[in-house]
Amino acid sequence: MRVLLIDDEKELVSTLAERLSFRGIDADWTTSGKEALEKLATTSYDIAVLDIKMPRIGGIELKRMISRQYPHMKFIFMTGHGSEEDFKIGSEEAGAEYYLVKPVDIEELTQKLKQIMSQQGGLQ
Amino acid sequence: MNPQWDIIGSEGFKFMGKINASISHEIKNVLAIINENAGLLEDFTSMAEKGVPLDSERLKKLADKIQSQIQRADRIVKNMNTFAHSVDETKGNVELGELLSFMTVLSQRLAAMKELTFSVVSPPDPIIITTHPFLLENMIWFCLDFAMEITGPGKNLHLTADADDQWVSITISGIEGLRDNFSSEIFPGKRENALMQVLGGRAVFDQSGGKIILSLPRKTGAQEDLKPVGE
Repeated sequence: MRVLLIDDEKELVSTLAERLSFRGIDADWTTSGKEALEKLATTSYDIAVLDIKMPRIGGIELKRMISRQYPHMKFIFMTGHGSEEDFKIGSEEAGAEYYLVKPVDIEELTQKLKQIMSQQGGLQ
Repeated sequence: MNPQWDIIGSEGFKFMGKINASISHEIKNVLAIINENAGLLEDFTSMAEKGVPLDSERLKKLADKIQSQIQRADRIVKNMNTFAHSVDETKGNVELGELLSFMTVLSQRLAAMKELTFSVVSPPDPIIITTHPFLLENMIWFCLDFAMEITGPGKNLHLTADADDQWVSITISGIEGLRDNFSSEIFPGKRENALMQVLGGRAVFDQSGGKIILSLPRKTGAQEDLKPVGE
């Protein structure tokens, strides 16, 4: 399973990726939607973990763009605020259970990623 | 209350809410980074318990990262405190160079979301204006908000202040990439006019020059209590 983390806070996303790697998850990261699309063009990923509020291309818009090009991919949203509007849109786009509020619990994120992996038939 | 103060009051609450929401978002991000770095320390400790040697250089870097985020949070909270106290007085002395820098710091995250940057050139000599601090902040915010809304990504908004004996001016330039459906009637609108009437000045949007100019009296002598006409 390959995971792409996308958040404009570099310190956050790079540390999350490292912590996921300690839990057996191959995670890569970027700090913008543009960079994410560039990475996706050259590398295959199974799941994207996206921040909802990012400059230029927000998480929701990015998810829609990625879905169109890579329909096999699954998504988990992260947000700094659990506002009702964000929750509504995030839940509609990815499912309520795949909507996490920062600070993210690493074990919960790991469990969600593994859950998606098992639903997908054990992506490797 | 008259209709003018109703506008100022409700717009002031919106301004306060918008800035507070932005600040709280920044604090949340700082907490999330500290959380992950502390978690990483925990991961290293768990690995050490399983026999993986601790890398002291790596631990030092992690500690530095946490300290740097704490300093970032401290700056954010100090700005939040300064902003909160700007409603304390209805009249006070404000130094324009400092105020412009402060407003760009408060608006920085919102500008970053639109891929815009700010630059401020402080006047060579301090320009002091006697005014309602919060209402002036609100007016500058209206201008920045408008400028950010209609300026395309990748641009820089430039803020300067100037003065003569009686008047001061604040100029926001670099307003480019106007939307196709933009109408010059939008700015200054009802809310900007209401505020400028109380502040005793006027706002002009120079569309061809891509700039907004606020002109304000150095002292709000004509409207001593900074109340709108008719109050």
